[in-house]
Amino acid sequence: MNEITVGIGGAAGDGLDKTGDTLAKTAARLGLHVCAYNSYQSVIRGGHIWLRVRLGEQPLHSHGDHLNALIALNQDSIERHAPEIEAGGLLLYNADRLRLDLGLREQVRSVPLPVAELTRTLGRVQPIMQNTVALGALFSLIGLEFDVAAGVLADTFRHKGQGVVDQNVGLLRAGYGYVREKFAPIGPRWNFTRTRRPFITGNEAFAIGAVAAGCKFYSAYPMTPASSILHWMAAHGERCGIVVKQCEDELAVANMAIGAGYAGVRAMCATSGGGFALMTEAVGMAGMIEAPVVIIEVQRGGPSTGIPTKTEQGDLNQVLGASQGDFPRIIIAPGDTADCFRTVVESFNLAEKYQLPVIVISDLLLSEHPQTIEPDDLSARVPIDRGQLVTEWNGDNGPFKRYAFTPSGISPRALPGTANAEHVAPTDEHDEEGILISDVFANQAVRRKIAEKRMKKLDLALQELPAPRLLGPADAEATLVGWGSTRGVIAEAIQRLAAAGLRANQLHFKYLLPFHAREAAEILARCRRTIAIENNSTGQFARYLRGETGHAVSEKILKYDGEPFEPRLIAEQVKAILEGRPRRLDVTEAEAREIAYHYLRTRLSEELRPGRLERLSGDGQGEPLWLVEIINRDSGHKQGELRIGAETGSARSWRPNA
Amino acid sequence: MSTILELPIETYAGPVEPDWCPGCGDFGVLKAVKTAAARAGVRTKDLVVVSGIGCSSNLPGYLHAYGVHSLHGRAVAVASGIKLANTDLKVVITGGDGDGYGIGIGHFIHAMRRNLDLTYVVMNNQIYGLTTGQASPTTMKEHRTKSTPRGNVELPINPIALALVSGATYVARGFSGEPGHMAGLIADGIQHKGFALIDVFSPCVTYNHLNTYPWFKERVYKLEDRPGHDSTQVAAALEKSFEWGDRIPLGLFYRDEQPTYEDSEPALKQGPLVNQKLEVDGSLFQSLIEEFL
Repeated sequence: MNEITVGIGGAAGDGLDKTGDTLAKTAARLGLHVCAYNSYQSVIRGGHIWLRVRLGEQPLHSHGDHLNALIALNQDSIERHAPEIEAGGLLLYNADRLRLDLGLREQVRSVPLPVAELTRTLGRVQPIMQNTVALGALFSLIGLEFDVAAGVLADTFRHKGQGVVDQNVGLLRAGYGYVREKFAPIGPRWNFTRTRRPFITGNEAFAIGAVAAGCKFYSAYPMTPASSILHWMAAHGERCGIVVKQCEDELAVANMAIGAGYAGVRAMCATSGGGFALMTEAVGMAGMIEAPVVIIEVQRGGPSTGIPTKTEQGDLNQVLGASQGDFPRIIIAPGDTADCFRTVVESFNLAEKYQLPVIVISDLLLSEHPQTIEPDDLSARVPIDRGQLVTEWNGDNGPFKRYAFTPSGISPRALPGTANAEHVAPTDEHDEEGILISDVFANQAVRRKIAEKRMKKLDLALQELPAPRLLGPADAEATLVGWGSTRGVIAEAIQRLAAAGLRANQLHFKYLLPFHAREAAEILARCRRTIAIENNSTGQFARYLRGETGHAVSEKILKYDGEPFEPRLIAEQVKAILEGRPRRLDVTEAEAREIAYHYLRTRLSEELRPGRLERLSGDGQGEPLWLVEIINRDSGHKQGELRIGAETGSARSWRPNA
Repeated sequence: MSTILELPIETYAGPVEPDWCPGCGDFGVLKAVKTAAARAGVRTKDLVVVSGIGCSSNLPGYLHAYGVHSLHGRAVAVASGIKLANTDLKVVITGGDGDGYGIGIGHFIHAMRRNLDLTYVVMNNQIYGLTTGQASPTTMKEHRTKSTPRGNVELPINPIALALVSGATYVARGFSGEPGHMAGLIADGIQHKGFALIDVFSPCVTYNHLNTYPWFKERVYKLEDRPGHDSTQVAAALEKSFEWGDRIPLGLFYRDEQPTYEDSEPALKQGPLVNQKLEVDGSLFQSLIEEFL
């Protein structure tokens, strides 16, 4: 398959987002599929940002792990990423500011751009505009059409006036023309279909899904990585007829949304793990008063404040256990960007049909990474099911029983404003009419029946929700088990394993509560070896799966360094498991380098950087060591040695040159 | 204030009798809320009474109307969501001092600065009653309670002053010993467009043996009985809010007409959210998608 991965590295403020967006939109308008991921590398000075944009003719299910072209916007990016460029690839950089003083892999070409010379006639050029010159050069070399890119820039800068548009297109042309004369292109012979696909993040898909489903109330408190839903909603609320309320805290967020849901509008809120912790009591309230609400929990690295700009799947235990007591809730983990749209639409219907809170659990990777999806993945015409909504009630039939005991457990719901159906929705335990049985008139029999009524709703919901299916060869050597955002990357790892002659299949879970325990157990019983793959450190889903099915997975592949899985890592680990090789938690060479960067940045000087690394068997410090040569960034001269524990990761000693 | 009942007070008679202690100040508040609703002519189907948790928060269950008996401290937030969802409803919040001035004080302050059209009646008994007598945010200094056996060392919250500086546009104080007067304040609060706080001295006859009916009766006076208080002036109201001790003012401290949050919310221009169709307009949806192409 024709595909290319472009990396763009630079400091915060270097304009990476816009550069990446121009690249992605250009490719998308040509009909290519695009998947991007922005990892904020805080280990290097200046809040380094590392954006990868993968382009291909076939649908992409992850950002992959290749690097074919690098646009380096600062020296760090060259240091760190240039050695990763694969054979046949390119390194583009501004030769006026940056230098290449390290070796590249074979068949990797360096493309230094004389930006000042190229832009001399283009007016006052801001530093950030060097990116557009580099983009022009890139497009020429990888075979993306100039006119389409110029069209994207025109759309991006139109609001700033024709002058700005002309200048940017000029910068693009300068880069495009310069390399055309000097360098042979590396680009594949693309087949551009020119199918226009939306380039969208999971959070944007959640927001658009809410609009399609008729959401009228959205409340939020700013919290990464959920905030972009708030930003989209705030920018579009008026046009879409949605009240968007930024609240004083997540307690208010959840309680307001539940109040709005009780009053009869489709209401949603979103947060991350810390905010959800504050919402938990309200989640139980929605279960108890049987009010519909959709809550999106976008996980980030925990615990506590954790790593706010990094991804993790560490909040499963929290959403499963949120709030005191037993009450019905539905938990859904969408598996990709298009699924975010479908999941929100479905969640609103489930919330109203079963009159309960629906928690959609996402993560930073799924919510923030942009990718192309198919045009018909987003539709204005979606099914809307409001459940048993009573619009009038004849008082001659007696008092309205808001919590009527029914075979399904679902009771008719009347909204305030409906005549003759007045009732109180209480968080205290209550009878069919909502009259309290909590204190003075506690009643065991009524309590038992209403507790059963509430929970029974999940039995019906389970029948409606699709059961998990095993994808891939039934006789596989390993079954890779995952949930939520890892669906695509696991599927891609399975393809890599197949290419290497290893047969694996996939069992992926979207509907987490209620849980298809019987169906899952039947599938798992037939698997030869099961491997849980989770972006957390304890295997929260594997434990849940064991509780629900009695099946203990054979092995776990866990990642909790803040970065998402990539196909190669999964494939390598699965291979190691199948071959019976031990998997160790020792500090790798790349990790030792990162620890060294951190040490230099915080304790020494940014004029220094790690050079050569050597692993020592130990020198009396109780563990093997990484000996890291520390060199001067400019001169390359050795300044000293840093020793890092190869097991503990401790920065054990710094010995400057005498 | 209108003293004519638009609807009979029995309209609001709830399904069960209150289980409050005999003599509890909350009986007076319940009656005043019914009377106020009757005076304002609010139909039961359009009245939503939202409470938190505490003795006083049981009040919605003793009324015939819609209600949410929500979580401890969260009544104001739940009520805000209800009001924004359906601006045709009259939303009255009822609760206690622990609920509103303690665990829920954040929502209280923010709802006032938003000037949402809500009426908040706080049954302030200066004690935690349901949990059998601990100090509350309005317990007076040096008061000995179960949780302050050597006397309370913290200053009490001044809810009137807090409301004034937080942007409430109707600020009043009632007393359960004066139910008719209080009903008038609540009725005016319901009819006021904007956030109305009616702090009510509602003595706890079981656990607060300091701030009793007689204690209040020898101290309270009505602002409207004294010429000179100008309830349009926030500075004058603030000065009065600090009057405490031998003389304690009741009545309307402050009232102002300001745009409500609902007035300035663009998504409400087409009318209540609850009346809007769910299906999204096709061309609007297409224009949203265009932004991603």
